[in-house]
Amino acid sequence: MDRYVLLAIAVVGVPAVLVAYIVGSEQLVQRLQDRTQPRVRPWFWVGPTIALVSIFLIYPAIKSIYISLTDDKTGAFIGLTNYAHILADTSVRVAVRNNGLWLVLFTGLVLSFGLLFAVLTDRVAYEGPAKSLIFMPMAISFVAAGVIWKFMFLYQPAGTPQTGTLNAALAVFHAQPKAWLLDRSINNLALIAVGTWIWTGFSMVILSAALKQVPGELLEAARVDGANELTIFFRVILPLLAPTITVVGTTMVITALKTFDLVYVMTNGNYDTNVIANRMYAELFQVRNLAQASAIAVVLLLAVIPVLYFNLRRFRTQEALR
Amino acid sequence: MRNRRSGQALALLAFSALLVTACGGSSSSGKIGGTVKVLASWGGSEQASFLAMVKPFEDKTGVKVQYEGTRDLNAVLTTRVQAGNPPDLAGLPGPGQMISFAKAGKLTALDTVIDQGTMKAQYGDSWLKLVQVNGKQYGIFIKAALKGLIWYDPKNFQAKGYAVPKTYDALNTLANKIKSSGTTPWCIGLESSATSGWPGTDWIEDFVLRQSGPAKYEDWFNGKLKWSSPEIKKAFQSWGSVVNDPKMVYGGANTVLSTNFGDAATPLFLSPPKCYLHHQASFITDFFVKANPALKPVDDFNFFPFPDINTQFTGAQEVAGDLFGMFKDTPQARQLMQYLTTPEAQTIWVQRGGSISPNKQVSTDKYPDAISKQTATILTSAKITEFDAGDLMPDAMSTAYNKAMLDYVTDPGKLDSILATLDAAQAAAYK
Repeated sequence: MDRYVLLAIAVVGVPAVLVAYIVGSEQLVQRLQDRTQPRVRPWFWVGPTIALVSIFLIYPAIKSIYISLTDDKTGAFIGLTNYAHILADTSVRVAVRNNGLWLVLFTGLVLSFGLLFAVLTDRVAYEGPAKSLIFMPMAISFVAAGVIWKFMFLYQPAGTPQTGTLNAALAVFHAQPKAWLLDRSINNLALIAVGTWIWTGFSMVILSAALKQVPGELLEAARVDGANELTIFFRVILPLLAPTITVVGTTMVITALKTFDLVYVMTNGNYDTNVIANRMYAELFQVRNLAQASAIAVVLLLAVIPVLYFNLRRFRTQEALR
Repeated sequence: MRNRRSGQALALLAFSALLVTACGGSSSSGKIGGTVKVLASWGGSEQASFLAMVKPFEDKTGVKVQYEGTRDLNAVLTTRVQAGNPPDLAGLPGPGQMISFAKAGKLTALDTVIDQGTMKAQYGDSWLKLVQVNGKQYGIFIKAALKGLIWYDPKNFQAKGYAVPKTYDALNTLANKIKSSGTTPWCIGLESSATSGWPGTDWIEDFVLRQSGPAKYEDWFNGKLKWSSPEIKKAFQSWGSVVNDPKMVYGGANTVLSTNFGDAATPLFLSPPKCYLHHQASFITDFFVKANPALKPVDDFNFFPFPDINTQFTGAQEVAGDLFGMFKDTPQARQLMQYLTTPEAQTIWVQRGGSISPNKQVSTDKYPDAISKQTATILTSAKITEFDAGDLMPDAMSTAYNKAMLDYVTDPGKLDSILATLDAAQAAAYK
């Protein structure tokens, strides 16, 4: 019964409160002098967002920073000791290195493949089906994708039937099976490949939409001027796509920094595949050291801030152009 | 038998009636209704067995048991408790976390829930002591497993004329004989998602217990014996002589690391077998049969206990078990807690296989086959029983311990640095 009551509240109650807030606040504003109205009104509109962001983002962030400066057991203020611990911890350093790998390779691969597929599918008659096929992995949850790819990467000793797709393929060429998720020279690449498989569709769809905006006359003119297709791509299409590429790129950078699910499902961060988010999870839930976990979270936050700053600045220049 | 059971049922009824009056309920019948939320780590056939175990309780009391199983129990339970939304009851695979919850004041002491006299009469002292904090009982074991067993296929042994080794030296001789015949003697699998590595910890514990004895073993899990001490290092090296020799273990390091513990014994039953010996706790029979329903206990698989090493500590056995604690004090939770400790309830799981009852009143006749009967006999008659050390260490320590197993198999040459890392973790974890 409780569930239906909750459902009713969610479906009827939430919109009702919203409408009441809008109507009520507008009536309040109407009572003010005509001159002050435009100055007050935006605050009523932006107010709920500020309140929600403060409660769910700013407050937890400040609290995390505070906790990261205290001792986990006693709660006493101990300055940067937790950070010193993290920096001294080789497993954290490995995680930071891997996030760097993700940042560069994952972002690069998703953008390159996305762009490639966007340009290629643009030129064929079966564009729709081809794009749907590439976009499909996006519909799979990351955990499910991790499980699927774990099967793809399965390893059996040489000389026995290989149950993993990749090793079975190697066996066809009489090559030795590879322990994809254990071998430290390839396991991070194997994980990044799965991430790329999932996200390429997303990047392709957005870039493809931007590609459609490139005026045909422009390409026509370039061709008349004697440019070949490669030149057109690099000198005409690419510069026009640049703003979209930056949007997709920054999204992917943040995705790379937040990587968690795939690593958790496929290797659980073992064999030098750990990333910061998983390291934090382990600290928080397996070791239950809240202070240390908060310190890692703050490090992750600091790593994301430059990307956010860059993004905001770019938004502003774009707004200015309009 | 029939009389005793109905007598106990009556007692339970009377008790529940008392409870209902105590809680101000107006219902006077045995059916109190409502629900009780249970969180534990069981899935698959273990989950089915637990649900079968609580079915009579549901029928009798009308209480609905809402079961939720997760392999990442530690994380889920911690989050729920911190969010102020714990389950009513939780079933944990070891006392370590239960004790830290009890110390943090998150658990209800069971002194008023379960009759202490009955508990003392039905349970061995060591099972009760494992979950006592400041003299109060915070958890009760409902299911146990006997660790340190070596599984083999009697048909394969017979075909090759191998005899079951009675001593550690004989075990080594046998393993080397199999090795020189060109087959790997052992099958090992360490993969187990968030807790990968734990099957290796069982090996280390068997060696520590049998080489250095219970006193050192206890010092070790209590954080008083360093990992770099000769006792622990020797245990690592003894296991290393098996797991780090690709002629000793099926598939070598890559297979050991990438094989799930539940599938590890599969090559034992291939024809011809790819290995002859598998080290695992008593519950593994459930996995054998699930993977290959044609396998019959005794005929197709059997076990012998890990042999004694130092005769001074003869008869030492490692055990493990699942225990229940109560996070929310509701009449339904109290009744279920009470029910789960009874021999009647535990018999149900015992009969379904894969469980040994820690309750002494569950007769060995109830066990479904000769193997489970024998493990139950060993468990109840062992001279020295020690609980799984990894489950008794603080979370930070046991996490590092599991991971050290993977590191050791990956890079045996780094043993000293691995032990040094564990020492550092120990210094931090027991503060």
